[in-house]
Amino acid sequence: MNKVMSNKFYIAFYIAPALLLLLILVFIPLVLSGYYGLMDWDGIGEKTFIGLENYITGIQDKLFWNSAFHSFLLAIFSTLSLIIYLTVSFILASKIKGADLLRKIYLIPMLLSSVAIAQLWVKIYNPSNGILNVFLMSIGVENPPLWLANPSIVLFAIFVPILWQYAGFYILIYYAALKNIPESLIEAARIDGATPFQIATRIKLPLIKEVVSVTIVLAIVGSLKYFDLIYVMTAGGPNGASEVMASYMYKLAFSNYNFGYGSAIGFLLLIITLIVTFIVRKLTETKDKLEY
Amino acid sequence: MGKKKTLTLLSSAFALSMVLTGCSDSGETGDASGASDTEIKFMHLWPEGSSKKHYDVVNEIIAEYEAENEGVSVDLEVLSNEQYKDKLRVLSTSGDLPDVGLTWAAGFLEPYVGGNMFAPLDDVIEEDLSDAFVPGTTEAYALDGATYGLPLELNIVSLYYNKAMFEEQGITPPETYEELETAIAEFNDAGIQPIALGNRDSWTGSMWYMYLADRIGGAEVLNKAIDRSGSFEDPALVEAAAKTQELVDSGAFVNGFNGLADEEAKSMFMSGQSPMYLIATWDLPNFTTNESVPQEFRDSIGYLNFPTVEGQGDPSSFVGGPGVGLFVAEESEVKEEAKDFAAYFVKAWGEEAVTKAGVIPATKVDAETLDLPEMYVDILNELNGATNITLFADVQMSPDVAQVHLDSVQALFGNEITPEEFAENHEEALSSE
Repeated sequence: MNKVMSNKFYIAFYIAPALLLLLILVFIPLVLSGYYGLMDWDGIGEKTFIGLENYITGIQDKLFWNSAFHSFLLAIFSTLSLIIYLTVSFILASKIKGADLLRKIYLIPMLLSSVAIAQLWVKIYNPSNGILNVFLMSIGVENPPLWLANPSIVLFAIFVPILWQYAGFYILIYYAALKNIPESLIEAARIDGATPFQIATRIKLPLIKEVVSVTIVLAIVGSLKYFDLIYVMTAGGPNGASEVMASYMYKLAFSNYNFGYGSAIGFLLLIITLIVTFIVRKLTETKDKLEY
Repeated sequence: MGKKKTLTLLSSAFALSMVLTGCSDSGETGDASGASDTEIKFMHLWPEGSSKKHYDVVNEIIAEYEAENEGVSVDLEVLSNEQYKDKLRVLSTSGDLPDVGLTWAAGFLEPYVGGNMFAPLDDVIEEDLSDAFVPGTTEAYALDGATYGLPLELNIVSLYYNKAMFEEQGITPPETYEELETAIAEFNDAGIQPIALGNRDSWTGSMWYMYLADRIGGAEVLNKAIDRSGSFEDPALVEAAAKTQELVDSGAFVNGFNGLADEEAKSMFMSGQSPMYLIATWDLPNFTTNESVPQEFRDSIGYLNFPTVEGQGDPSSFVGGPGVGLFVAEESEVKEEAKDFAAYFVKAWGEEAVTKAGVIPATKVDAETLDLPEMYVDILNELNGATNITLFADVQMSPDVAQVHLDSVQALFGNEITPEEFAENHEEALSSE
C-alpha cells in the first residue's frame, strides 16, 4: 500500500474524481454566482453588465438585513442549544439504564426528511386543529397563539423544529467523543475524590473541547445558510417575518425573476458565512494538542 | 492479486459510468425521430400520476392529430408544475425550448417575450381561431400589440358556500356585503369560523381585495392603477383595503389564516369546518365530479357571485383569468407545423377538456349541448353573461411588483399596515419600475 501511495500519479488519480465533482458542483457555480451578481439578468433574456450595483443595493436593502438578523438569531439559538445537547450526552454516556434506546430515539428526527418534518410541524401548529392548540384550549387557554401567523412569534415557532431536527446529530457527535475518553483518566480522577460534576466539567469537557468547537462552527454555519424547513413551513411569511438569508435569495431569484440580484445576495451570504466562520474558528482555537 | 489490477478495474468502472450518464440523454430523442419526417416537441405539465384526466385528453388529441397528419409526430415530455417552470427557464437559456409548450399569461411570459423566445401567434388566431375564444382571454397573452399564447383554461373566482351549514344555522346566503357581515356575525355566534382562507399563499387574500376593489370602484380602477394610468391611492382602492381589514376585524376568516396554506384552508372548507371559501373554477371538480370527495359534501355546495358593496358593483364582473396557454417557440425548426398543431390542439381541447377533465376552457363551448354537472352549466352561463373579467393582480404585475403586492396583502390582512401604507407600498414599487 505504501508503494502505491508514494506514487504521485496514484495520489492524483484517487483525488481526481472527488476534486472534479467538487469543482463542477461547488467551486465553478460559486464563481459564476459571483459573476452573475454583476449582471442585470432575469434568468431568461440578455444579461447586462452593471458592475457592483446589485451588491450595493444588497448592502442597502432593509429586507436583506432583516433576513440576515433572523439568520443570526437562529445561529445564536442553535449555538446555545448545544449546551442542552452536551448535557444530554453527558447523561447518556454515564451508563444510565436505557441510554442506548434513548440515543436512538434522539436520532429519529435526523432520519426524517426536512420536508416531512416541516409538514409534521405545520400540522402541530395548525391554529384550529393542531395538536398544540387543541391541547392549550383543552386546559382552558381561550386564545392560544397563532404560531405561524403571528409575525412576532413565527420565527421562534420555526426554531423549535429546526433545533429538534438537529438534536440527534449533535448528541451523537458528543456521545462518540465522550465514549472515546479513556476510562483510566476518569478512574484516576475518581480515586482523587472528584465528584461526578467535577469529572464532567474539569476532565471530560476539556478533553472534548476540539469536538465542541467543531460543532459550534457547524451549528453557526448551518444556521446562516438554513433554508428548507422555513421555506416549506412559511415561505418566509407572514410578510417577511420569518425570512432568512437563503429564503430571501431564493425568493429574489425564483419568484421575482431577478437572478442577478439573487446571485449577488447569494454571494453576500457566502462572504458573511466565511467571515463568521473565520471569527468563530479564531475564538475557539485550541493551542495544545491532546493525546491520550 | 496486484494492486494495479484493482486500480484498472476501478478506473474503467469510473470511465464507464461517465460514458453511461453522458449518453442517456441523447439516446432517447434519437430513437423517436426515425419513423417520421417532422417531429414536434411538446412539453406539458399534467403528469399521469397527479392529473390523469388532463393527461389522457392530451394524448387523445395528439393521437388524432398524428392520424390526420401523416408524417408528423409529436414528441411528448411531461413534468409536474414546479419542475416544468424550472425546466422551461433552463431550456430557454440554452435556446432549447420545445416547439410547443405551456405558458402562463402576462407577467410570466414577459421575460420570454423580451428575450425573443416566443413566436407571435396573431396570424394563427386571425386565420383559424378568430371567433373561438371567450372575449378578453387572448389579451392576457398580448404584449406590445402581439399575442404570444393561445389560452387553454379560464378560471373565474366565486364564493363557494356550504348550503347545509347555512340551513342548519338558518342563515341566508349573502348577496350583499351587508348580508355577508350578518352571516359572519351569526356564524361566529354559533362558534363556527365563517370563511376558509389560506393567506400564507397570499394570492388567496389578493382575490378578496380585488373583488372588494371591483365592487367599490368598478372594473377599471385596479387595472388602471397597475398600468399606471391610475393610482393605488385612488379612494376606491384605499377603501377596498379598509374594507378588507374590516372583514378581518369582524372575525370573518379562520384563525391564523396568515400561517395557513391554501390547501389547509380548502380542507377546512371540505371537511365542513367553515361554510365559505373564495376560490377559482379550478376547484370545480372537487365540488362536482371528484369521486374521492363524499357525495353528501358535493351535493351541499353552491356558489355565489361576490357580494355587492353598499349597493355598488356589478355582480357579473369577475376576478379571474386564463390559466395556462400554448406558446410556439420562436427558434423552432418546425415553426409552421408547430403553429398548426397548436391551433388544432386549442380547437380540440375545449369540449374534451370540460367534459373529461372538468376544465373550464378559454374557448367558447355550448354548455347546453354537453353532458355536464349543473354547477358547470351555471358557471359557463355566468361566463357568457360576464361583463368583465379582471385578471389576477399578481399575474398582471411584473414579478417584482407582484411580490410586493403579495407581501403587502399579507401585511394588510395581518393588520401590520394601514390601508394608506398598503397603497404607498404599491405606488413605490410600481413607480420604481
